[in-house]
Formats: sequence, C-alpha cells, structure tokens
Amino acid sequence: MLSRVAERIYWSARYVERVENIARLVSVYDNMMYDLPKGVDISWYNLVKINGSTELFHERYKVQDEKNVLKFMLEDDTNSSSMLSSLKMVRENIRTTRDVVPEATWELINELDIYARTNIKKGINRSDRHTFLTRIIEGCQTINGLLAGTMSRDATWQFVLLGRNVERSDMTTRVLDAAVSLMLQHQEEERLALAQVLWSKVLKSQSAYLNYRRTVRTSISGAKVARFMLNDAYFPRSVSFCFDEMLLAVNKLPHGDAVLESLNALKEMDFEITSSDDLDMKFRDYLNELQIGIIQLSSNITESWFSFDKGEAA
Amino acid sequence: MEINWKEYDSNNFFDELINEKQEPRAPSKKLVNYLSSLEGDELEKRRLLAEATIQEMGVSFTVYTEEGNIDRAWPFDIIPRTISAADWKIADAGLKQRLNALNLFIDDLYHDQNVIKDGIIPEHIIKESKNFRPECVGISPPFGVWAHICGTDLVRAGEGQFYVLEDNLRVPSGVSYMLENRAITKRVLPELFENDTILPVDDYTSKLFDMLAALSPRDIEVPEIVVLTPGIFNSAYFEHAFLAQQMGAELVEGSDLFVADDDCVYMKTISGPERVDVIYRRIDDLFIDPEAFDPTSVLGVPGLMRAWQKGNVALANAPGAGVADDKVVYAYVPDIIRYYLNEEPILANVETFLCDDPEQREYVLANLDQLVVKPANESGGYGMLVGPHSTKKDQAIFADLIKANPRNYIAQPTLKLSTSPTLVGKGLIEPRHLDLRPFILQSKDTYVTTGGLTRVAMKKGSLVVNSSQGGGSKDTWIVDLEAK
Repeated sequence: MLSRVAERIYWSARYVERVENIARLVSVYDNMMYDLPKGVDISWYNLVKINGSTELFHERYKVQDEKNVLKFMLEDDTNSSSMLSSLKMVRENIRTTRDVVPEATWELINELDIYARTNIKKGINRSDRHTFLTRIIEGCQTINGLLAGTMSRDATWQFVLLGRNVERSDMTTRVLDAAVSLMLQHQEEERLALAQVLWSKVLKSQSAYLNYRRTVRTSISGAKVARFMLNDAYFPRSVSFCFDEMLLAVNKLPHGDAVLESLNALKEMDFEITSSDDLDMKFRDYLNELQIGIIQLSSNITESWFSFDKGEAA
Repeated sequence: MEINWKEYDSNNFFDELINEKQEPRAPSKKLVNYLSSLEGDELEKRRLLAEATIQEMGVSFTVYTEEGNIDRAWPFDIIPRTISAADWKIADAGLKQRLNALNLFIDDLYHDQNVIKDGIIPEHIIKESKNFRPECVGISPPFGVWAHICGTDLVRAGEGQFYVLEDNLRVPSGVSYMLENRAITKRVLPELFENDTILPVDDYTSKLFDMLAALSPRDIEVPEIVVLTPGIFNSAYFEHAFLAQQMGAELVEGSDLFVADDDCVYMKTISGPERVDVIYRRIDDLFIDPEAFDPTSVLGVPGLMRAWQKGNVALANAPGAGVADDKVVYAYVPDIIRYYLNEEPILANVETFLCDDPEQREYVLANLDQLVVKPANESGGYGMLVGPHSTKKDQAIFADLIKANPRNYIAQPTLKLSTSPTLVGKGLIEPRHLDLRPFILQSKDTYVTTGGLTRVAMKKGSLVVNSSQGGGSKDTWIVDLEAK
C-alpha cells in the first residue's frame, strides 16, 4: 500500500472523528449550561481551553462570549481544528483516495459538508443548535457505518482504525481534563452540586451514560466515571479500548515495532483512583502525560509508515 | 415513435450504417433491423437506461471551466457504429505498419539521423521541433520502441476509405471510454450480442499489462508496474484510475516515487521502498522530472530521467517519443514508411499543406476559407481554424499567426467525414459526423484494439468531435460476417 494513500486514509478517519467530537462537546456543553446549579459559574470559554487553543482564540476575538466561542469552534476557517476546517480536511483526503474507499463515501462526505456549510448559523445561534449538532453527529456515524459495513479488512482498514482511535483517545482525555478542571475551579459546596450535573454530562458527551449504568451499576461519581472512561475494556470510547483497537491494527501492518512500543508504554501508564479526591492536580498532570504519549504515538505512526528516509533504499 | 429510415438522409456523406439506397450495409443489417423492430418508446427507454448506467458506473470526464473543474457524465449515443471485420483487417495492418515505422524513425532521430542525411526529411523540421529532446540522444530503450502506446485518429471519407488524421504519441487518452462504451452497450442492447458476431474489446487492459511487463529492466516474474497520474484535477483522472485498477497496478503521483542513490526508482509504501520497474506515465515529458526539465514542476520525480537513461526503469511512452507527434512530421509519414520498411503505406494520409514551404503557404493563405488549419503541436481540438465555418476575422487572425510562425502550422482540405445515425431526440435519428481512435501497443509484440473509440460531433453539421468541445461517443463494432 502506498504511504500517501495510507496517510490520507489515516487523516480522513482522524478528521471524521474530530468533527463528531466537536459536535458532541458543544452539544453537551449546551445541555449542561441549562442545568447548572445556582452559584456555579461556567464559561463557554472552557471549550477553547479544552482544545488547547487559547492563543489562537485571542488573536481572533476580544470577547470570550458564547457566540465567539461557537464561531471559533464550529465555523472559523483560520482555526485548523474548527468543525468546518476538519470537514474540509476529510473531504480533501477522501477526494484523493476515492479509489480505495467505498464508492458512496465521497457522496456522503459531500452531503455532510454541504449541510454543515449551509446551516452553520444554526450551530452558532441557540435555537436550532441541537438539531444541527445531532445531524452532524449522525452524518459522521453514517460514514463510519459505511466503512465498517463495506471496507475490506486490509491495510487500508487498519489505518482507518489507527486514525479514529488516536483522535478518540485524545478527546476522551481532554474531556476528562476539562471536567476535573471545572471541579477544581470551585469551592467545596458548589463542587458537590456541580459534580452531580457534570459527571453525567461527561458520560453523555461520549454516549457512555447507559453503558456506564449497565456496567458499573452504582451511582455516578467522578472517580467511577474517570475509571470507566479510562479503563473500561468494552466501551469503544474508553482510552484503553482505543489502545487495544490500535494494538490489533498495528499487529496486522508491516514493521510497526516503534508504534507497538509507544502503545505498550501508553497502556502501562496508570493512575490509581480510589476516591473522587484523587481527581486533583496530579491527575491532571497524568492526563497531560497521556496526551503527550498520544502525540508521540501519532508521530511514530507518521515515521513508521508515511515518511521516508531515502537511505533505506540503497 | 419508430425510426423512419426513409427520411434518414446523410446528405451525400459516406454513412457507416446506411447506403445510398437507404438500406443497411452488410455489417449493420442486424442492428438496423433490430432498431426498426423496437416499438414505441422502447428506444427512449434504452437511452435512459444508458444514462442511468453511466451514472452508476461513475463514468465521467473533467471539463475545465471558469467556475473550476466539473466532473461531467460521459456523453454517449446508444446506437453503435459498425465496421466489417474485412475492412478492419486492412486498418489493423496499416496501423501496425505505421507505428512500426514511426518507432524506427524516432530511434533513428536519437541515433544516426540517417533519415535526415538521406534527405527524406529536412533537418530544420527536427531541429525546430518542440518535442525533440536532446536528453534522449544515444539512448536505446528496449526493443528500440519509443512510442509504446499510440492513439491514431482515423476518419472515413469519400467512398468509405480510411485516412489517418493524426498520430497521438505522447499521452493518448480515451481507451477506458472505449471499454466502458462496450460495457454500457451490452447492458442497453443485450439482444444484439446474441445474434451478431461482434468482436470483443475487453482484452485491451491485459494486452497493455503484457506490453508494459515486457519492458521491465529486471528479469523477474512479477515486475512492479505503476500508472503515474498528475492527480485528481487532470481531465483524464478517471481513465488513469480505471487503467490502474484494471491492471492491478498502483496509481501513483510524482510524490509517491523517488530515485535513490543507486539511480533506481522506488515507490513509498507502508512496507518501505519498493522498486518500480515500469512506469506508464500519463504526464507530459516536460513535467516528469524537475531535475531534467521544468524545475518548478511538482508533478514529476526528480532524477527520473537519470534512472531511465541508465535503463533502470522503463517509461511508456519513452521521453522524446513526441517528436513524431507533430503535424509537420505527420506529413512525412508516408515517406517514412517507404524509407524504413521499403513498403507502400497501407493507410493514406489526408492531403496536407506545410506552411513552412513558401509555395504551399501561399496556397494556404489564399484558401483559408476552404481549409482546416491546425497548429503542429496542440491536441484536443484547440487552436484550430475550420475554414468553411469561420468568419473573415478568424481567417485574418490565422493569416497573421501563420506568417509569424509558419513552421507551427499545417492545413488540410475540409474532409467529407463519414456520418452515422445518432439519436437526437425521442426516437429521432439524424446523421452525425464521427471519427475513430484505435489504440496501438508495441513492445515485444504489436497489438491493435478491435475498433477503437468512436467520437461523434453531437451538433448538426459540426466536424468537431473532441469531448472537451462538446463531442460525444459511441460503441464501435467490428462485425465478423464470415463467423458462423
């Protein structure tokens, strides 16, 4: 398989996942803002922090209000991680690899892209936001469904799995980090009230709520949610599930040693959570290290399969 | 509505299907009778089926417009054009003869240039050729073949005799449409394939594969063959992807390849570098290697010429083959055939006036309203003057162009191109002019497609058949009347 094709497939899968994740994140935030207890003050600006793009935001906007944050997250084409930018990247990558993906992929991505562009104002204004974001999430799931249902499980497919799970595990750590940071911003009393709303929203943001209920079978607490999202072996958006999926994929590809190594290192990183008190600054450091590890993993993927040292040939 | 053949009038042009007595010619008898037997809206139903099939199969071509490039559905007429196997046998032999001579000619130009020394072709014609590549002098590609894939445009005129209109030796395109046209027609008119002996066309991609494999510099069982495309924005990208897929070859862009220190070409795969033996390149000479030619080009592969010159990789067509794809050289092809093969040309050229020659130029300038003027090195029907359809102003512009650069222009009489019945409305059939592009392959062996790509001028009376200029196409049937 050509490296270029592999790379474009990998990034297509990453960007599809990113589009879905942005839509999920905004959707959950939107939902949470209405349910917040009195005395708890949460700003939309946290979304910008989660994505680590505060600097870019300040270059573009003066006011950190809802409208600007949503413009930045959804529409802004100077923000390479915005939803529309990500969609554009999916489209460009699929366009140049149409011969290796199922035929209808190209049509589906075009449909989604056109819908998003024509209706982007619905996402930014409050009234139709829910409908808009749901449609985007469904659009991504349709594409993933098509790939899952019709793609041959050859090397191409393994790169779909790698791209999707790199992006997904990264997002899960960011969502957890955001939740913990919100908790830590508040004093003892508000924290209790906030916890009740916040952790169930975290689960919902990842479509994990019912899975959690069925698996954990006890009340929702920060510690248990964090453990579920990090370690559950069966839930497809948990960090360890993502790592396991990638291990399977890498084992089916040629010379993936460096990638295997960083995956195994990631799997070994552990943080003991016994009570919700453990979700402190040290936990945030741990999440940060996980994220750095995932970045390392992605660059190992690039080095192993997409980039070339001509010396190898001679 | 049923077809009324009595009203069909080809206006004294040679018609491929119907003779002067309004009767079907021998190879089209079954086809015409069948079409006549279709009742009511049946023909329209078949046309719609063809349209849907084209959409489904995703057969498209790209048109460059000011609004950007648009992928258009392939324009297709469901009524095939027929040629008898006996007629085709002559064309087949003529095309092989022609390509064989052209390859001997190109090889000679890059070695001893006997053809010039012996006064067959004037030296300045070659010296001033845009497509002569000094980088190729002294190179000896496998089998002495430079043009491996040739698309020669044939027309039928007069009493139905074949004439060669031009030879496309650089990156001829259209063969995938020939194959798709047949696939569509089989779905639309399946009944006819039962009763008639229509010779198959679908062995082209395997012949192409064999031809390319024979060029491999390494004597190995499975040589690595790739199709090199300029990318998705090229008008023929559909074809590049189609051919790669049909041959089971990788479809690569320039950036997927590199030339290593050992002067071999490698492709960048997830398993590491893999050596490439044969490149079917669909990029023009000047863009294949920024090191050797245009340094600003990002389409090609730096060092590719070096690898090719050392014989480490085969390029089809070979760089420099385009020197024979020049409408001035075209005028000399009959002499070239006599010179190298000591044979008379089987296929005739169209009468051609060289503006380079003072006497012929005078004639051309005096008769611009009668002649078709063509630039020596354009393709796709660009930059032409069709005399009888032109204005005085057009003629004045061309007169100036010719005077400024006579070497770059040739002129030909306006041909009486043959016609064929074409569907122009619900059940409505009218004659339309057409040409034919067979494809000839040469490496170890020589092969000619059974028929080729028929292109049709969809506008009444028009002689312009290029798809980039609104032309359409038809399936081409070589009918074997003797087969039982």
